[in-house]
Amino acid sequence: MPINILMPALSPTMEKGNLAKWLKKEGDAVKAGDVIAEIETDKATMEVEAIDEGVLAKILVPEGATDVPVNQPIAVIAQEGETATAPAPRQENAPAKEQQPARDQARANTPQANKTRPQANETPPQAAKDTPPQAAPARGERVFSSPLARRIAKDAGIDLSAIAGSGPHGRVIERDVKAALAGGTAPAPKAAPQAAPAQAAALLAQAMPDANIRKFFEPGSFEEVPHDSMRKTIARRLVEAKQTIPHFYLSVDCELDALLKLRAEINAGAPKDRDGAPAFKLSVNDFVIKALAQSLMAVPDANATWTESAMLKHKHADVGVAVSIPGGLITPVVRKADTKSLSTISNEMKDYAARARQRKLKPEEYQGGSTAVSNLGMFGITNFAAVINPPHATILAVGAGESRVIVKNGAPAVATVMSVTLSTDHRAVDGALGAELLAAFKRYIENPIAMLA
Amino acid sequence: MTYDIIVIGGGPGGYVAAIRAAQLGFRTAVVEREHLGGICLNWGCIPAKALLRSAEILHYAEHASAYGLKLEGKVTPDAAAIVKRSRQISAQLNNGVGFLMKKNKIDVIWGEAFIAKAGEVRVSAPKKPAEQPQTPPPKGTLGEGTYAAKHIVVATGARPRALPGLEPDGRLIWTYFEAMKPERLPKSLIVMGSGAIGVEFASFYRAMGAEVTLVEVLPQIMPVEDAEIAAHARKRFAKGGIKVFTSTKVTKVAKGADSVTATLEDDKGRTETVTAERMISAVGVVGNVENLGLEALGVKIERGAIVTDGLGRTTVPGVYAIGDVAGPPMLAHKAEHEGVICVETIKGLHTHAMDPLMIPGCTFCSPQVASVGLTEEKAKAAGYKVKVGRFPFVGNGKAIALGEPDGLVKTVFDAATGKLLGAHLVGAEVTELIQGFVVAMNCETTEEELIHTVFPHPTLSETMHESVLDAYGRVIHV
Repeated sequence: MPINILMPALSPTMEKGNLAKWLKKEGDAVKAGDVIAEIETDKATMEVEAIDEGVLAKILVPEGATDVPVNQPIAVIAQEGETATAPAPRQENAPAKEQQPARDQARANTPQANKTRPQANETPPQAAKDTPPQAAPARGERVFSSPLARRIAKDAGIDLSAIAGSGPHGRVIERDVKAALAGGTAPAPKAAPQAAPAQAAALLAQAMPDANIRKFFEPGSFEEVPHDSMRKTIARRLVEAKQTIPHFYLSVDCELDALLKLRAEINAGAPKDRDGAPAFKLSVNDFVIKALAQSLMAVPDANATWTESAMLKHKHADVGVAVSIPGGLITPVVRKADTKSLSTISNEMKDYAARARQRKLKPEEYQGGSTAVSNLGMFGITNFAAVINPPHATILAVGAGESRVIVKNGAPAVATVMSVTLSTDHRAVDGALGAELLAAFKRYIENPIAMLA
Repeated sequence: MTYDIIVIGGGPGGYVAAIRAAQLGFRTAVVEREHLGGICLNWGCIPAKALLRSAEILHYAEHASAYGLKLEGKVTPDAAAIVKRSRQISAQLNNGVGFLMKKNKIDVIWGEAFIAKAGEVRVSAPKKPAEQPQTPPPKGTLGEGTYAAKHIVVATGARPRALPGLEPDGRLIWTYFEAMKPERLPKSLIVMGSGAIGVEFASFYRAMGAEVTLVEVLPQIMPVEDAEIAAHARKRFAKGGIKVFTSTKVTKVAKGADSVTATLEDDKGRTETVTAERMISAVGVVGNVENLGLEALGVKIERGAIVTDGLGRTTVPGVYAIGDVAGPPMLAHKAEHEGVICVETIKGLHTHAMDPLMIPGCTFCSPQVASVGLTEEKAKAAGYKVKVGRFPFVGNGKAIALGEPDGLVKTVFDAATGKLLGAHLVGAEVTELIQGFVVAMNCETTEEELIHTVFPHPTLSETMHESVLDAYGRVIHV
């Protein structure tokens, strides 16, 4: 029987995605496990694997298509000897499968998302259960269908309204009913609309229309590069952040010499494998992540997320780390960084950074968190202020460690100093609380041995 | 000059594809080496219909008394005048295609095309054609040169197939070219092959008074048609004076000064000789796939036809094929439709491959034959439990009034679903009736909608309604 490949949901809240690339052509044979397409979401590119053997009979959504709703059929896989030129329609009589989304047909490389972690602006997936299958009209509405389709459906006891039509104007025709009879797929629940951001969006000031902006520049004096979805997401989220979050900023200088010395010692003591490669190599940033996580544990009131109805006080420190990648940036989250050793954090970050550059991070790896670290020290930046990435309450902007002359015990002395600036969401973290957090952070950085406790 | 689309071949597939391309905003050119409109318009469908119309009028004149008309004197066919009329009709339509090209701002490039590589068409001076075109190339055509195009659509059509030892010579053994413009009407004629071309010429020359022998190698004339319909037509042919041999092949032809003697051998090995002034070889057509550079490009060709995906795409990106050269059924309307699908696919529109069972076929012999979908035999072979309806023209008032009581409409339904699987007609004007069934099949009607449809009285179309009624045991006028 022909099998629909549906647009996979890469996260419980994903509503739509872009079809970045087809890796198989129509007519290609596919085996279970073959990667047949790449799906692009806000920030990640995911692979779609076939779980059945057959022939990719029909591509329904062309490469480059944007905003393809989750669970929409994107291709049809036919078994040997079958032909399929249209999506195999869904079968109604499969209630048991109804709550099982696309994974039945197409398995994305997505583990179950972290359901224990509430997310401020996302609707829980449970809300979607009772939504009728998309593309099939609600009961009572006229179903456009051919007489032959109606006849076959009636004889077989199938409800036409459960079948998506592939004929002209979406008319249900013979092949749709036959495909459904042959064992189509369960009607998939439609993702619930994302309600919360609508309110925020309504507050957005209108930007200048594109045409007016273009008028400032000579035609031909510039090249137009269309936005990819990452660029759109960065723009949308940062505008949202700056418009809805009252930012304020706290800066402090931290002496690094003790940390650098400890880092050298730990790295020197790293166990080596047979080829002599060390098991880990800690960076200053790894210490920063760990220090921030420990500080949030020490000042738990600062480990919070603002929602309109309540303050969400987090029990662990999930620390996002901004990673610059070609075309933008992404913030993978080191979960429970407070419980992880420096070497674990370090290796996790190496993996994140590598996969971020390939845009292979999974949504649940970069969504959520309560704070973030943005480090531009490697570019020689001494200090800057970062924009909070919702739903975080804080973000720590880290500058370069540099040798500075400081006053110590009334006398000038040379020390390696790193300036950091904490941006905080004043709704969640007030000035004194932010200062307390930053003081804790400075303490950990300057007495790094405490992090090992 | 760079085009979006160059169509190679200005036949019904090619020029229609070009017009659709122009409508969609593509910069389009057509390469043609002989005549706009292709074989269909110049040497096939259209001039043949003109000849057959002369035969029909002659038939009416000869039977005038049956309609109460006294015709003083004798009506005799004038070969030169009949051919002249036929050629004029072709010329008129040929000019019409030139006009359509101009109107749609489609460049016409005159010559032989060669696809040097994907995206590049080299056009050289036209070679001597099989038949000299009667009309010069339209004004303003481009000539030899190299032309670039993002998409190249091969629509080069087909030519008569020749059997070894029985090759047409243009003098005694004709193809449709010579048969279309006889200098004089032969007194006797052998027609080898009983497909559409064979039986149409058999009908024409028989009407013109020739002794006609029709030879078919398969057990049934018009082998693609429903057996019952073919048998009906055969009976009518025989009644009209055509000698019909089936399961018989022409094994040898001896050429005389102004005659041919064909040795016929049936499937039991019995031989017989037939002598006639001329013989027509109508044993099918083969696609013009040669000398285009297709092999070098890697375009896949199977059994003489370019392999496509049903949407016109070949195995080489940027190279497309439509019409006869892309395989059977080799029909003008199939080529036209494929041309449109191909160009719309290039444009990125949502297209579907044609369902071959929805392509009607029409043969303009006397009596006419028209059909769509599965024959009764094929439907059974495909595993359907069928309901078959039949209605003879003799039960139809209009047919009687016309003096055409000899005809049959046969409908084949899937007993399980009421799906109309096929319709097969023989009789007067059935080529104008068949599209009613084609529309019904495309809309996926069941017998119920057809039964509920009001067919106008008094028309031949009522025979269609009655045939459906008969399939469900409800026929009225039998």
